[in-house]
Amino acid sequence: MKAIVLLGHHVNDRLIRLGYITRFLIQILLQSGTCLLRPRLVLREIYFIGVQSLIIILVSGMFIGLVLGLQMYDTLQRFGSGEGVGTVVALALVRELGPVLSALLFASRAGTAVTAEIGLMKATEQLSAMEMMAIEPIARVIAPRFWAGIISLPLLTSMFNVMGITGGYLVAVPLLGVDEGIFWSNMQSSVDFSNDVLNGAIKSVVFAVAVILIAVFEGYNSPPTAEGVSNSTTRAVVTSSLSILALDFVLTAFMFRGI
Amino acid sequence: MNRTIMDIWVGIFVAIGIAATVFISLRVANLLSSTSAATYQVHAEFNNIGGLKVRAPVKSAGVLVGRVTDISLDTVTYMALVTMDLEQQYSFSIDTSASILTSGLLGEQYVGLEIGGEEQKLQQNDKIMLTSSAMVLESLISEFMFNKAGESK
Repeated sequence: MKAIVLLGHHVNDRLIRLGYITRFLIQILLQSGTCLLRPRLVLREIYFIGVQSLIIILVSGMFIGLVLGLQMYDTLQRFGSGEGVGTVVALALVRELGPVLSALLFASRAGTAVTAEIGLMKATEQLSAMEMMAIEPIARVIAPRFWAGIISLPLLTSMFNVMGITGGYLVAVPLLGVDEGIFWSNMQSSVDFSNDVLNGAIKSVVFAVAVILIAVFEGYNSPPTAEGVSNSTTRAVVTSSLSILALDFVLTAFMFRGI
Repeated sequence: MNRTIMDIWVGIFVAIGIAATVFISLRVANLLSSTSAATYQVHAEFNNIGGLKVRAPVKSAGVLVGRVTDISLDTVTYMALVTMDLEQQYSFSIDTSASILTSGLLGEQYVGLEIGGEEQKLQQNDKIMLTSSAMVLESLISEFMFNKAGESK
């Protein structure tokens, strides 16, 4: 009996949070007018969210590409098709690894910063102070961060893919001696624009919405204590990482079923 | 932080992002060359298409001349109706034959066109009359085994 009560309580709790976050999203969208009127607010957040995530995204992309190239070449070589390494690296990056890994990195690099910042603003009563001055904190603080995240992550994903493919190229062509022309032409003949590149871009936009929405939501709802902020930050990373992986499975099942 | 420096960084960031997207579209997915040519549509009916898929290449003498755009079953004749787009710059005689071939022993299947001798050319929505079906490995093996069984008696 106790177990059933506990189960019901947990399910109810999750459902209430889901409804709450949906209403929060609608509220952000309704109050996004300020961002259009004052684009500098968004610009400032793109600097903190996007530009400052550049290094980690570029370096990880490069290493993922290098490792992928090495491993794939080793296996493909056994079947006498080492030239296919370009295809494998490009497809793996554009379809799956690019969107998922850059979203995970983005969640841990930028998502946590946003959650902690908003949580601290709440703990130090800056949000209440804004409300006192008749400034809507959602329009002034939350919405710019939300839109900056949605603009930044797809761009970061593109860069991640390019760095990964460059890494694969560096391993395959100068190091392992795959012919350069065959490397690119194999890649070009099997990567399709609408099936692969566009679907990857859609994925990264969806992940951006999930990550940044969870980040601002957790920050906005964190208990105004030091412990509360730290708990919220942890929960933001865990929730957004899990939802990235779950969403990725759902999106892949829809996008690549027929191919 | 200085406003202009921040602006410059955001500008660089967005520019790199757009450049990366363009690079992926053009260099990796080869967007321009795949959609530029004008095409015309022809149909062909096959007894069995094996594992042919939509977007499979159509080749003549090994050169890519078009792509399969649609595959459906003709409910009158119960044959597979394959629609393909051929590039306008290549014209084929009206008695061209189409066959479903496999690249390599276990590779992807594609449509191979072999030119005939007629003067008249294939036009939009024409039908290729001479077709030969896909080689289905299972039926070949079973045929071979039945023949072997027949011999031993």
